[in-house]
Amino acid sequence: MIVAERKNIQELLETLKNHKKILVLGCGTCVTVCLAGGEREVSIIASALRIAGRVKGINLKIEEGTIERQCDNIFIEQTADAIQKVDAVLSLGCGAGVQAIAERYPNKPVYAGLDTKFIGILEERGVWAEKCAACGTCVINEYGGICPVTRCAKHEMNGPCGGSLEDRCEVNPDRACVWQLIYQRLKAINQTEKLSQIRTPKDWSTSLAGGPRVIVREEHRI
Amino acid sequence: MNTESKHTIVAFCCHYCAYAAADLAGSMRLQYPSDIRVVRTPCTGRLEVGFILRAFESGADAVVVAGCEEGSCHFKDGNLIAKRRVNSTAKLLTESGIEPERLRMVNVSAGNAPLFVKAMKEMAETVHKLGPLYLAVVAGSVGESL
Repeated sequence: MIVAERKNIQELLETLKNHKKILVLGCGTCVTVCLAGGEREVSIIASALRIAGRVKGINLKIEEGTIERQCDNIFIEQTADAIQKVDAVLSLGCGAGVQAIAERYPNKPVYAGLDTKFIGILEERGVWAEKCAACGTCVINEYGGICPVTRCAKHEMNGPCGGSLEDRCEVNPDRACVWQLIYQRLKAINQTEKLSQIRTPKDWSTSLAGGPRVIVREEHRI
Repeated sequence: MNTESKHTIVAFCCHYCAYAAADLAGSMRLQYPSDIRVVRTPCTGRLEVGFILRAFESGADAVVVAGCEEGSCHFKDGNLIAKRRVNSTAKLLTESGIEPERLRMVNVSAGNAPLFVKAMKEMAETVHKLGPLYLAVVAGSVGESL
């Protein structure tokens, strides 16, 4: 899932202070699961903004709403009436959701209420960890199902580096060296021979280095 | 201390402990400030951050979350969940420009009415020192849901 975090309330208030009526719009998918921008967080952020506004003498009228997915036009259309009635939208979707709303309503100011962080998983209650960098060419199969592109601080393709201390990463000793994890995993599935192959440098043109990416699948187009 | 009701302090009290302690305080004729508005909850673990914020928005000058003593929650760990939520809500209140002292969690057993009264008096004193918030929402400023 895409993992995001709430922006600071004062920062949001500063962004919104010139508008009178605002719609705080949540998204029912990834950001709901990571407890950053779902229905509950919409209510919390709307309340906090009203309180912060009143403390500073700014009277914001705040509407609340949540749709199933902000990155999908079918669901965005459900917001048309609500968005028409407000001066601006504070989207609690990920970066894609905010832009999708802004594209759909070109004359309405749309602001991001969250900082989109990464693609990750819920490791334990209240802890989310990055697992995928969306680099465009997945190399996980060569490393026993563990991604060195994302989880090695140096993005090594032929690790570990010289700084690996036993099973710890030198960049952050609180973190396991991913190459230790890769070795243990390959050993467990009898594929350690994969580590004796020298991997060529990764082609980063499929990542963001090649600019924003678009996938076109003709069979699905209308 | 001025015991005349001038402020509004919402006390979310767990049905299994603090609410019973409040009841017992009444039976024992123990006095506590009339600023306190008791709201019974099935467990403090049921409280959501939004409930506390809504209380402030609706005109509360302070909020007390009163749960069972640690280790004796009727639902095992509801009061510990509440403790974490109260701490994070206090940070959110600070971000929003409100003194975090206006939100407090206390742990009171059902039989400890004097402790309940003491906790309520302490919160009332804090609010008397800090003064009122004047945050009550003007009609129409809370939007409708989508």
